[in-house]
Parts: sequence; structure tokens; C-alpha cells
Amino acid sequence: MKFLDEFRDGAAVDKLVRAIRNRVTRPWTIMEVCGGQTHTIVKYGIDEILPEAIELVHGPGCPVCVTPLEVLDRAHAIASRPDVIFCSFGDMLRVPGSRGDLLQLKSQGADVRVVYSPLDAVQIAATNPAREVVFFAIGFETTAPANAMAVALAARRGLTNFSVLVSHVLVPPAIAAILDAPDNRVQAFLGPGHVCTVVGFEEYEPLVARFRVPIVITGFEPVDMLEGILRTVEQLEAGEARLENQYGRVVTRAGNTASVALIADVFEVCDRKWRGVGSIPGSGWRLRDKYRAFDAEERFSVQAIDTEESSICISGLILRGQKKPHDCPAFGTICTPETPLGATMVSAEGACAAYFAYGRLKAAHAGAV
Amino acid sequence: MSDSATAKVLVSELLGSCPAPFAGYDRVLLGHGSGGRLSADLVSRLFLPALGNEVLNRLEDQASCVLPGLESARLAITTDSFVVRPIFFPGGDIGRLAVHGTVNDLAVGGATPLFLAAAFILEEGLPLDDLRRIAESMQAAAAEAGVTVVAGDTKVVDRGKGDQIFITTTGIGLIPHGRALSVASARPGDRVVVSGTIGDHGMAIMSVREGLEFETALESDTAALNGLTELMLRSCDGIRAMRDPTRGGVSSALNEIAAASGVGVELVERALPLRDSVKAACEILGLDPLYVANEGKLIAIVAAAQADDLVSAMRTHPLGRDAAVIGAVVAEHRGTVVMKSVAGGSRIVPMLAGEQLPRIC
Amino acid sequence: MCLGIPGRVVETFLEHGILMGKVDFGGVSKRVCMDHVREAKPGDYVLVHVGFALAQIDEVEAHRVFAFLEGMDQLGELDEIPR
Repeated sequence: MKFLDEFRDGAAVDKLVRAIRNRVTRPWTIMEVCGGQTHTIVKYGIDEILPEAIELVHGPGCPVCVTPLEVLDRAHAIASRPDVIFCSFGDMLRVPGSRGDLLQLKSQGADVRVVYSPLDAVQIAATNPAREVVFFAIGFETTAPANAMAVALAARRGLTNFSVLVSHVLVPPAIAAILDAPDNRVQAFLGPGHVCTVVGFEEYEPLVARFRVPIVITGFEPVDMLEGILRTVEQLEAGEARLENQYGRVVTRAGNTASVALIADVFEVCDRKWRGVGSIPGSGWRLRDKYRAFDAEERFSVQAIDTEESSICISGLILRGQKKPHDCPAFGTICTPETPLGATMVSAEGACAAYFAYGRLKAAHAGAV
Repeated sequence: MSDSATAKVLVSELLGSCPAPFAGYDRVLLGHGSGGRLSADLVSRLFLPALGNEVLNRLEDQASCVLPGLESARLAITTDSFVVRPIFFPGGDIGRLAVHGTVNDLAVGGATPLFLAAAFILEEGLPLDDLRRIAESMQAAAAEAGVTVVAGDTKVVDRGKGDQIFITTTGIGLIPHGRALSVASARPGDRVVVSGTIGDHGMAIMSVREGLEFETALESDTAALNGLTELMLRSCDGIRAMRDPTRGGVSSALNEIAAASGVGVELVERALPLRDSVKAACEILGLDPLYVANEGKLIAIVAAAQADDLVSAMRTHPLGRDAAVIGAVVAEHRGTVVMKSVAGGSRIVPMLAGEQLPRIC
Repeated sequence: MCLGIPGRVVETFLEHGILMGKVDFGGVSKRVCMDHVREAKPGDYVLVHVGFALAQIDEVEAHRVFAFLEGMDQLGELDEIPR
């Protein structure tokens, strides 16, 4: 596949790794923000081929993992209703709320459907006029244009049976929260490539200025990530702190202006709770008043549902790179990929889930199996 | 099914000494049918305690039994249910799939498939034309495979209680003496061979599912493999085991072999045969082809010295044109499958927990 | 939030006043919303996330890293530093 395969080329990867090796003179801690970037690291074994001096900390860039418990409980409440067809991206179906996950709800008879695109949910609403169709609109900025378009399309088509449960989260406030934490160890960031494809990277310049850390907006394939890491290491070794764009084939400073405009029309900034981290001010988007008619929380009166997070789970500390999964007493015992307590075990790319898999391999190597 | 040993290994690894229940589910989930860890769990914790015996507990794809009075061969028996939706899909239908699936379960055990019995559960309201198409398709598939459907049964359930049609097929065959394939027989040094491109069937089904439709229909690879397996077993005496990687994909089959044989498996990503269209469909939905079902492919574990010759022999058969060595059995990381990626680093290929779902993240 | 895949625009058309398209990904086509990449024409490549085209792919920029690596090769910058 063009513009994909060449960015997985082993020879190019090799060259970049050697270039990184030649630049590194001391240890560095770099965080990749996006869950998709973590996925690439795990899938291609990238931390295995990097010099040991480079530590990659997996960031909170997984909107699935950070969806707060209360939003999941509200989703559960809505999806339980017999008149509702609840549409969601596949990722969300296995995330546990207080009463189980959406997949379990499906097994109890709820009409829960996986869709590839928010626009597919609009189509389901159009072809099922007698049912209420709700779309679980989660995501970072990347998914906002599609979610906003779903609302705009439903409005345009005059659909009265379509609504969205919104839980959008924004990256820059999360990065600020990480860097603000007193024992932060992260020295540089690989910025979220697809987020910036949509909204551009202007918002990251103040972060670089304020915290004096290199941020390199990076893509998702192995060549992208290694080039991003190389550029980051070059800055760190030279004591620089600049914003760079590695992913220039789709990322520009201003982003996609049409998307930015539609997002501004449909959404407005709000405070958002991040699972395992807590509330980060101004870190979310919610539907604007003019689109209240499409707000599922209002339509189904679930705003009052509030929930307590697990007290054992230390996802927040792990997401900020302050603790490792092995530091958690629940890790591997009551908290496993099948029975996750928090964000970082929920997603296959979460730090805890990734360590779980790698840990088994290391133990196996040591003959412990 | 050969999931018991796997389930035991995984459960003990995951829980250590923790007495907490393995999973908090008290009802059947779709994931229990996915061929991954949940399926293995259901077998080991529910079915085997109730039904287990010396033969069943081996959990091979087919049971091989000594039949009193039959000296020259062992009897092979297998059973399978087919619940695929849609019932007519690009490249096949539920009837054809049923015949192929059962023939293949016998064939990968080294059996010559002979007879099938087919039981149908029909939903009130199913068009008879559809049923006729399916029955005729089964006959055609059986004739191609050289087997005969010798017994059958039909039941009807109320509208709304049966999702059109379910088919259960039981197959009987004979394993000549001297053949002793088993998932517990893999040894370090052996090679892992696949008969062709992976993920074709599962992505064909995905490509027509509501909410995930593609404009291009991918085709299922459903096929009877007994002709290929006979060719393989006649030309090579170093085959330890064969599996057909259906639900749960190549990953499930290899994880089961690794666990049953107490060995590690190392795959090479670059060597995996993959159709461009299947690869593209997997990329779009964020799926891993190693976990996607195949219905016309097999995995073989073969002695290293004979691997290349076996692949050459397979490539002379229409169903083995894309056969390839995709990895090796090793003594390290026993019970675990590891894959070396095209970028050079490695990752674990764990047994899938439940269904693989499309992702956006 | 990340799964974005490059595909080639085959055709575009209006539906309910919104620009949609058929995009080909290595032989497999899917319906994609093209409303925010109106300048993309058949034959151009776009980045698609959840059935929505986020941006057109800049083919010149896409070659940049490979030219860079070739340049490094020629300068001998990729030789291992003896340790």
C-alpha cells in the first residue's frame, strides 16, 4: 500500500536506528503521546531495537483508556434501554464501567453495534426511524471532524432519532498536566501526528516555550517514529527545545481549516475527567448549546450518573511516567487484560497491558514458565 | 478443539496464586465462540469437568479411536457447528463451509474423510429456496471432497429464536496405522509451514457486515483440504502435526501447539503470505491478520530437513500455491509465540482473549 | 486516536449536500467523507480515519525522509562509531 509500506521498510529502519545510536551519549526519557504510536512500538518491537539509553514512556494518548468511568456508566445506562440502538467504535466495547462492559450488555440483549464511522451510525438512524440511535462519540481531536460531521449530517437530514454521547479529550492540556507534575521525568515528546493533521500544531508552540522541552510532531509507521526519535535526540543532545514537524506529508501548522471550522461550530471547550488521572481543566470538548437536540446525555437524562474510580488503580501515575506497572500491587493479580481495573490495562497498548505481554516473554526467557 | 492444555498454562500464568475468579462473566459471550482464550476457558472449566475422558481430554481437532475389530486403521471422528452470518457470503455459503470445515478437521489429523452426518436447526420463515441452495451446495462440496452425507436431521424453531439456519456436521474417517499426528509433537528445530494466504475468510465476512461494509467484496477461501493433506503425508514423513487455523486464526492454532508441545514458536512477519486486499482491509479496520479466520488453509509442523521439500510439493497443488515456511519451533519462551517484525524488533503474539474488534486507536 | 490509512481517491460525489468519495486502499474500496479535502481529485492520495478524509497527502514531503537517509548514507554518517 502506497505511503504505508515504504514507511515500514527494514533497511530505512536500520539506518535510522544506527543514526540514533551515533547521536546518543546519555540517557533520555521520551514520551510518545498517541496510543497508535504506542501500538507501533509494541507491534514492531521498536524499544527492543533502540539503544538502551533511550527510555520510551507511553503517554495518555488513548482516548479509549482515559474515558472516565462515569461516561462508561452513562453509556451503559443508555445502551440498556430497549428503544436504543447503541453504536460505537469497536475499541470501546471491552472497556469496563462499574457495571461491566458494553459487550456484556450485548450478551444480555442490548442492541449494541460496532460501526467503522460515525456517519454509519447516522445511516442506521435514517433506516430505523422508530428506534433511538445513539453514537458514542469519543476520541481525541482526530475523530472530532467525523463526529462533528455526523451531527451536522443528522441535522441536515432532519433526523430526530439520532444523538451523540460525547467524551472528547484534548492533547495539549494533558501534556501540560504531565509536565506540571512535580516528579515529572519526561524530557521530550513525540507529538500526536493525526491530532495535528486536524488542528495543526500552533497550540504546541506555547508548551515548548513554557516548559522548554522538544516536541516533534511524529507519524505512526516505524520510519516515522524512528525519525521522530532521531530528531528529538538531536535536540536533547544539543540542549535545544523546539517544535519540529516530522509528519509533513499530512501535518501543517494551521491544520485542516475546514475541520477546525466545523469543530468550532459543533463543539466547545469544557473540563474533562481523565480515567486514572482526574479532572484536567479545559481538556475536553462538548456539544454546543445549539446542538443540544443531539446530546444523548440530555435526551436520556443521564447527566446525574457519577462514579468513583478504583482506589487501587495507579493508572494516573503510570500515564504520567511516574510509576511502572510492576509497582502496582494489583498488576497481574486482580488486574489483568481480561479483568482490567483501569485505563492502562484496558487497552492492548496501555502500559500495563504491554508490560503484561512483555513480562511473560522475559519470564519465559528466564526459564520461569 | 485442543484448548485444555493451553487454558491450564495460561490460567496459571495469569493468576499466580490469586484465588479470584478468572473472569467475571456469568453468561455466554460472543467471545466464547471466538477460538481464543475465552473459548479455551469454557472448554477447560465447564465442558471437560462435565464430559471429559481420556480421548476428549487430548482436545485434538479430531478424536482418533481404536475400533474393536478394525485392525488396519484408527477411526477418526469430529463434529462442528456452523453459525456464520451472512449465510451466503462472497466465495461460499454456510453449507459449503460446513462440509469443508468438518472434512478439514479430519484431514489435518491424517484421516481420510469418508462420511458426514448433518443436522439442521432452521428458523421458521427461512425461504425454502435458500435452504435448497444450501443443501445443493453441500452436495457439491461433498462430492468434490469425496465424502458422502449419510445421515441427517432437521429441527425447526420459532421465528426469532434461530437466526435463519445453524448446521452441525459430524465427520467420520480412517487414519491409517503409522500416522500419529498430534499437536503435542512439535520439537525445537521444526519448521512452521502455512499452505497459503492468511485472513481471507474472516475479512470476507467482515467486508459484508453492516456498519463495516467495503465496496469491494473479498472472497472467502473456504475449501476442502483432504487432497492437499494426502499429498503432503504421502510425500513427507516428517510432519508432526497439522491444524486448520479457523476461528482465532493462525495465532490460536500456533499458541495451542506451543502450549500442548511445551515449545516456543518464532514467526517471521516478512514470510507471511497475505493477499493485498486482505492486508488493506485489515489496515483499515485495525485488525491483525494473524487472528482472522481461515477456512481453506492449514498449518503444518515439519522436521527442519524436510520443510523445503514439503513446501515444493504443496505448491504443486491448487490449494498450496502460496505455501511457505513462516517460522520455526524453538526451545526458548516455551508456550509463547513470538514474531520478528519487518522492522527488526519482536513482539509476542498472544492468544486472543475474545473476538477481535475493529479499532480506531 | 490514530488509525489513519492512506488511500487513493477514485471518484467524488455529493450526497445530502456533503462531498463523499470512493477511496481505494490497495485494491479495497470504501466510502469516505471528502468534505474537508475538497481539493483532492481522483488519483490523489488522502489520509482516512473512521471513514473521514483528514488531509491530502503531500507526495513531495513523503519522499523527504528517504532522500534524507540517502544523503546520510553518502556522507558515511551511518557508520558505527567504534566504542
